[in-house]
Amino acid sequence: MSETTQETTTVSPVGIKARHKRFLWIIFGLAFFAAIVALVLNAFGSSITYFYSPTQVVQDEAPHGRAFRIGGMVEGGSVVRDGSGLTVRFNVTDTAETVAVVYTGILPDLFAEEKGVVAQGKLDEYGVFQATQVLAKHDENYVAPEVQAALDEAHKARAAQTLEQ
Amino acid sequence: MIPEIGQFALVLALLLVMVQGTLPLIGASKGISAWMALSRRTAQGAFFFLSLALGCLIYSFIVNDFSVLNVANNSNTKLPVIYRIAASWGSHEGSIMMWVFMLGMWSCAVSIFSKHLPEEMVARVLGVMGCVSMGLLLFLLLTSNPFDRLFPVPLEGRDLNPLLQDPGMILHPPMLYMGYVGFSVAFAFAVAALLGGRLDATWARWSRPWTTLAWCFLTIGILIGSWWAYYELGWGGWWFWDPVENASLMPWLVGTALMHSLAVTEKRGTFKVWTVLLAICTFSLSLLGTFLVRSGILTSVHAFAVDPQRGMFILALLALVIGGSLALFAFRAPKVGTGGTFKIISRESALLANNVLLAVACGTVLLGTLYPLFLDALKLGKISVGPPYFEAVFVPLMAPLVFLMGVGAVARWKEATLPDLWARLRWAAAITLVAAVALPFILGRTSPTSVALLALGFAMAFWIITASLAGLFDRVKYVEGSFREKLARQPRSFWGMFAAHIGVAVFIIGVTVVKGFEIERDVRMTPGDTVAISNYTFRFESMGERTGPNFHASRGTFELSKNGKPVRKLYPEKRMYFAHGMPMTEAAIDSGIFGDRYVSLGEPINDGKDSWSVRVYHKPFVTWIWYGCILMTLGGLLAISDRRYRVSARRETAKPSLPPLEPAKLEKA
Repeated sequence: MSETTQETTTVSPVGIKARHKRFLWIIFGLAFFAAIVALVLNAFGSSITYFYSPTQVVQDEAPHGRAFRIGGMVEGGSVVRDGSGLTVRFNVTDTAETVAVVYTGILPDLFAEEKGVVAQGKLDEYGVFQATQVLAKHDENYVAPEVQAALDEAHKARAAQTLEQ
Repeated sequence: MIPEIGQFALVLALLLVMVQGTLPLIGASKGISAWMALSRRTAQGAFFFLSLALGCLIYSFIVNDFSVLNVANNSNTKLPVIYRIAASWGSHEGSIMMWVFMLGMWSCAVSIFSKHLPEEMVARVLGVMGCVSMGLLLFLLLTSNPFDRLFPVPLEGRDLNPLLQDPGMILHPPMLYMGYVGFSVAFAFAVAALLGGRLDATWARWSRPWTTLAWCFLTIGILIGSWWAYYELGWGGWWFWDPVENASLMPWLVGTALMHSLAVTEKRGTFKVWTVLLAICTFSLSLLGTFLVRSGILTSVHAFAVDPQRGMFILALLALVIGGSLALFAFRAPKVGTGGTFKIISRESALLANNVLLAVACGTVLLGTLYPLFLDALKLGKISVGPPYFEAVFVPLMAPLVFLMGVGAVARWKEATLPDLWARLRWAAAITLVAAVALPFILGRTSPTSVALLALGFAMAFWIITASLAGLFDRVKYVEGSFREKLARQPRSFWGMFAAHIGVAVFIIGVTVVKGFEIERDVRMTPGDTVAISNYTFRFESMGERTGPNFHASRGTFELSKNGKPVRKLYPEKRMYFAHGMPMTEAAIDSGIFGDRYVSLGEPINDGKDSWSVRVYHKPFVTWIWYGCILMTLGGLLAISDRRYRVSARRETAKPSLPPLEPAKLEKA
């Protein structure tokens, strides 16, 4: 695209010299690049969701008032459906700690007690996780890597504790 | 016995592509014509053996040969035959088998349809494709052998994942892979051009139909994937910005840029270096897509197989292909030269700007897809980048792209002037403006954000349509004859562009309307209950049961009525597959030209009254999303069928084609 700038003596219809035109191109390119970077950073800032394990949530490492993801196993016997609507309560555990989750809506096909789950939402003032989305997994043997990592972490922590005692 | 024949055929294919990937390349650089001549025969031979291997694999699936691990893991005696065939490429091993088979098919096609190409070029193109085949075949044989035996032999297989037991899934992988792998031809042409130092309009003319064809397959592949997700995942979304979807979108974006850049290279002899770079990037992204999907590093629908060792192999292959071709590019590209000149306001500029926008859009998608993986690899925390990111970045990039699409289609090559452009496009601009301002209000929207989004969407769609029509009008203005003759005298490549661009507009209308007007209600329903959305009413009549070949289903009966008049019954199902013990939602959709009515069952609620949680959706114009993609594909196919590709096939040395009936030239004449 810079071919047009090679004839240094020509003057474009607007009256700008080729050298200046090249300069303008560079400015334009940089402005475009800056706009893209701004766009990306802005979008990143508002839409990245962090993942926390129940232990991290209980230890207050997770943010308040900002959406994040929580993952672990659905605690056995903890799933309760309310009387009339579609609200469900259940506990998510990494075997060390447990967080209560409330969700209104239809759960994915493979949601089940004693199975892995990932939920997205916010913590309310009572420390209950208000989920806006409960994520599906697609194979009954598949455990999301985040969930597996959270379980392993809790397992290690417990092993270390037993050693100390 | 049959699996062993398949295995043996794979090894023979490997030996043949080893010859195909070495001797012709050496022959081309040293001028040994006997070695160059090997390329066609070896490519055809390899394709024969790959077909044989795939045939053996499909046979093993059909006859339920559970002594083959792959069959035992992905099939079942109760699985219908058609899905047993589809299961052949449903697994990781099978899909790589499919990939290699398709690469063989494309190589074979090149060897047949390249009679008019110089021998040296054919040798180089097939040589490069042979090298890629070699890598993938080694990967197949060493890490993911589809014919591995299992002992003791189980009596029953584990069955195909129920999500994949669907007509869409029979077609989606082959189409997508045809697209991915088809870009290897463009890649091979680019590398061959760099090796041989021959990069001119003729070269671009040779690679164009191949690239467009691959692009058509990829478009259809993505379309089927999206459609499948829409009705099979049971919650009515058509695009999730899931990493695996992104993996197929990235080669599509860059492939689209490549197709247009090739057009400029052919017609104007410029953009050469850029075109070569795009060809390399497109295929690299196709490989990256395969890597992302098949390495198991992604949490997604497709991450069935998790095996880091395979990931390492593909990563190494990826580094070799991308690194090698980019290094070659760095050494040889300066010799290629830049070609013709053009002014800032010209068709070239519009195309270049859109190329850059497409590449940047691809870059942002790549960033959003890979950033979480990098952070995780560096132990900086686990994050996910959701749809808001992609939407926030994508839409601002697409708006100027669409604007320039309209301008580019009517602007003259080399130099255009603003007053002239304005004269050609003012009616298009006026209609667009009126439509964008009026339509949201006519459709009854008042909230500022909703109006703004609708206006933007309609503006983009109407701009493409009206500017395309302005372009058509420009072209027929100077043609003599009746209106029909005028239209008939336009070349098919023009109609291809026209159809594909209108397809984009149709797609945008679909997205805009479905985003703006869709109604999604998750409700609890007991038989007898009704739910009304817009002028439709869904009445939950009863729950029944149904047993399929390999599943048992709870089946709901819903009556759909419009303005109080019954339209039809809908039967959504909740299936339980025997082998997997896995529940599956089967949505029931009343589909029409102007949109879908969608019901899917959530879960039973134990209140003793047969209550269920139910999703009831109204999705106006959602079908236009698919229609748009189909139009784009038809456009691509029309462009390939253009006369000049067949004419040039008969000519020994093709000359750069004259732009057919360019208005600018006619005016001067």
